[in-house]
Amino acid sequence: MATQILLNNIDVPGLANFEVYRQLGGYSSVVKTLKNLTPDQVTGEVTKSGLRGRGGAGFPAGMKWGFIDKKSEKPRYFVCNFDESEPGTFKDRYIGQRNPHQLIEGMILGAYALGAGSAYIYVRGELFYVLRIIEKAIEEAYKQGFLGQNILGSGYSLDLYCQPGAGAYICGEETALLESLEGKRGNPRIKPPFPALVGLYGCPTVVNNVETIAALPWILNNGGEAYAAIGVENSKGTKLISACGHIKKPGVYEIELGLPVEEFIYSDEYCGGIRNGHKLKAVVAGGSSVPILPASLILKTAAGEPRLMSYESLSEGGFQSGTMLGSGGFIVMDETTCIVKNLLTFARFYHHESCGQCSPCREGTSWMEKILHRIENGQGTMKDIDLLVSVSKHIEGNTICPLGDAAAWPVASAIRHFREEFEEHVKLQKCPF
Amino acid sequence: MPLLKVTIDTIEVEVEAGTTIMNAARQIGGSVVPPAMCYYSKLEGSGGKCRTCLVKVSRSSSKDIRPLPKLVAACRTAVQDGMVVQNTTSPEVMESRQAITEFLLLNHPLDCPVCDQAGECHLQDLSYEHGLEDTNTVEERRTFEPVDIGDYIKLHMNRCILCYRCVMVADQLTDKRVHGVLGRGDHSEIGTHISKAIDNDFSGNMIDVCPVGALTDKTFRFKSRVWFTKPLDAHRECPTCSGKTAIWMKGSEILRVTGRKDKYGELEEYICNDCRFHHKDASDWIIEGPRAIERHSVISQNHYEKLKTPGTTEPEF
Amino acid sequence: MQKKLNLTEFNSDTLALVRQIIKRYPEGRQKSALLPVLHIAQAENNGWLSAETMDYVASLLDLQPIEVYEVASFYSMFNLQAVGNCVIEVCQTGPCWLNGAEELLAHFEKRLGIKPGETTPDGRFTLKTVECLAACGNAPVIQVGTEYHENLTPQKADVLLDKWQEENKISHTNPYLL
Repeated sequence: MATQILLNNIDVPGLANFEVYRQLGGYSSVVKTLKNLTPDQVTGEVTKSGLRGRGGAGFPAGMKWGFIDKKSEKPRYFVCNFDESEPGTFKDRYIGQRNPHQLIEGMILGAYALGAGSAYIYVRGELFYVLRIIEKAIEEAYKQGFLGQNILGSGYSLDLYCQPGAGAYICGEETALLESLEGKRGNPRIKPPFPALVGLYGCPTVVNNVETIAALPWILNNGGEAYAAIGVENSKGTKLISACGHIKKPGVYEIELGLPVEEFIYSDEYCGGIRNGHKLKAVVAGGSSVPILPASLILKTAAGEPRLMSYESLSEGGFQSGTMLGSGGFIVMDETTCIVKNLLTFARFYHHESCGQCSPCREGTSWMEKILHRIENGQGTMKDIDLLVSVSKHIEGNTICPLGDAAAWPVASAIRHFREEFEEHVKLQKCPF
Repeated sequence: MPLLKVTIDTIEVEVEAGTTIMNAARQIGGSVVPPAMCYYSKLEGSGGKCRTCLVKVSRSSSKDIRPLPKLVAACRTAVQDGMVVQNTTSPEVMESRQAITEFLLLNHPLDCPVCDQAGECHLQDLSYEHGLEDTNTVEERRTFEPVDIGDYIKLHMNRCILCYRCVMVADQLTDKRVHGVLGRGDHSEIGTHISKAIDNDFSGNMIDVCPVGALTDKTFRFKSRVWFTKPLDAHRECPTCSGKTAIWMKGSEILRVTGRKDKYGELEEYICNDCRFHHKDASDWIIEGPRAIERHSVISQNHYEKLKTPGTTEPEF
Repeated sequence: MQKKLNLTEFNSDTLALVRQIIKRYPEGRQKSALLPVLHIAQAENNGWLSAETMDYVASLLDLQPIEVYEVASFYSMFNLQAVGNCVIEVCQTGPCWLNGAEELLAHFEKRLGIKPGETTPDGRFTLKTVECLAACGNAPVIQVGTEYHENLTPQKADVLLDKWQEENKISHTNPYLL
């Protein structure tokens, strides 16, 4: 059994209640930290842990904190990105709804390290019921003196609030999230400046994903080195993988980074293999935005090495034969799956979610959906396949925010690895599935 | 503050700290200046959206000689000392500019023959310079009915490229903006949500900042192609604005009044609606002289600067 | 058909809630309360935001009406047209599609006799398609108000529909009262 840092007590009844959580050792990291550690020491532990942003980009968390403008006299903000919307990703909801206090505990640690007096948890609007679970937990934490003025007599004060979104994937992009939190349209900002200098209300701000923040209590309790002892290469610690699609046991699993992909898919401890006696066809390993890989390349790298669930191993081979760990949204497809149709649903998604601010994404996502729609419905031409490749190439890297890349990569990779299936749609003038 | 050295398409220029690549290029002038469909130097926060000014930074600075991994928006990227930028000398930039022109035209009607903006349309210029000869798209374009926003302004949403300039100009000139960008993605549109008149003394400036024919002057609609009119600098005593305008004449008639634009199509000053819409009589104005028009512009085709004095020209056949 | 509401005033309880929400943000940043307040306004206005309702929200937060329209029209959870009592939102993105979302949607269309975006003539149900609801492990998924219904099949959908039909389900409730 892998070390369980995030899901350790997830099945304990009543875990969302303060007393139950506290009895299991909850909030001890706050007690310890506020008493013994300076904010810089907290950042130091997080840097030592090697914890990387779990929302998808994998940026080192300690380094991100280190960028915050401490010279500025403006207030600082700490914001939790709970806008979980990447297709295939449903790990944050699991934490938020079952173990809200772990998230709150992490928020206190992060806010303390950054010197923030106010912090917000931005929850996607669809998950309002989860937001309310967290709000009730926040109320408890205030009553118990873990939030509010002079926390545990330490002199440190923090106010924590939840903020709902209202249906916009783009608000998972941190600057769009900040715009939304300011009550505006979720248009990503043009960077630089980055939020660490100019964030919420123009003040220095750090935005971290739920899973990143939920790992902080363990890191502060056990030390950054203990966290860094888990995992492989620069993939330290544990990661939540939300597995879905044609597997026997869909769900959220906490793995130690470095677990072989084959074991993750086939062992009974995790996905339990492909259901209904079918065969594995393809996997989207890190949420819909990352390149799709065929069975042969997800189980083994192009060099024939076993593929591991780690930042490095999954990206081995670059985009030619690799993919990314991303958010850990693991979508498994068996041989009955039409790759073109699956891609069409992704393309529709990105078209629907494009904010429309910059032209390559606004126009390109809609164009890709239309072309794919044509191919899937038997009206496509061979030229359309090349056109798709060209449109995706011209979106990639040319947009204000990463949504353009996220829309382009699935298209480019599906054609790279499954071109014959697109051609078959054109030749047969219908979907072969 | 010491000046920063930046090289754009092999031409070196020294600029003040904080200058963007776009404005450094404008200091050099000519073909090194990237096109700008959304950036407008006088509008705070403008730029970064259309992506037509993407350029390649092949050396970040004298301290960090690495290239930037992606193309950057010239209008929103500050130069560093020793930065080397490629605009037209980079095939990658030219390819992406062609693609972005195609994206902008994807939903733009090819109605230049009936569009009042023709001849002074930035998208038209962009597509002449960077567009494909052929089209890749068979898709239907999105369509809207033209609407009146206010008594003097026609909104032709089909032609809009969502540059946000008209929204920003309204923000800059009034604290009671009534129009904005509604909807999301390729469903976004400029509008007022419920039909509301834009009633503000300076609303006409929206027309001048619009890079395409999405916002046009109703008092000028279909009166004449712009290249058949002659622009003159003129002014009048105006209690609301400076009264310094460009008047566009055909014969002795003033067909329209606009603000004075520089060679990048940007207004030198905002003018009021009274000057713009209500003073079409030549006697209202003190004429200063012909307005300088860029020679490459189609407008200059009929400009009297080109006329040569009798006696010095060969007869034309 | 349910009467189209044009809510232009919150009751005192709701106003107190709104004031409490505004306090979460620094002085002068009350625009931050826009999304939460629009959620409340939509719930209290039969599930949609009329221009009048949005104008009221604008006045509460000291904003220009256009600022509210711009925001409300950006976010997919806000309905700018009237909807039925019970809005059924069916996820159609990849993982749900892999698990039968198309069949499920077809079943809802058949049972209700309407297409996505439409409302039944009696005003009881509106059917919508939505993109990823972040519950892919329990696909296919639908959302009804603040409730998620997961691992659905046409048979399970029938049971839900019968229940909602019988109790005249209203999906829009003030989410802060959860």
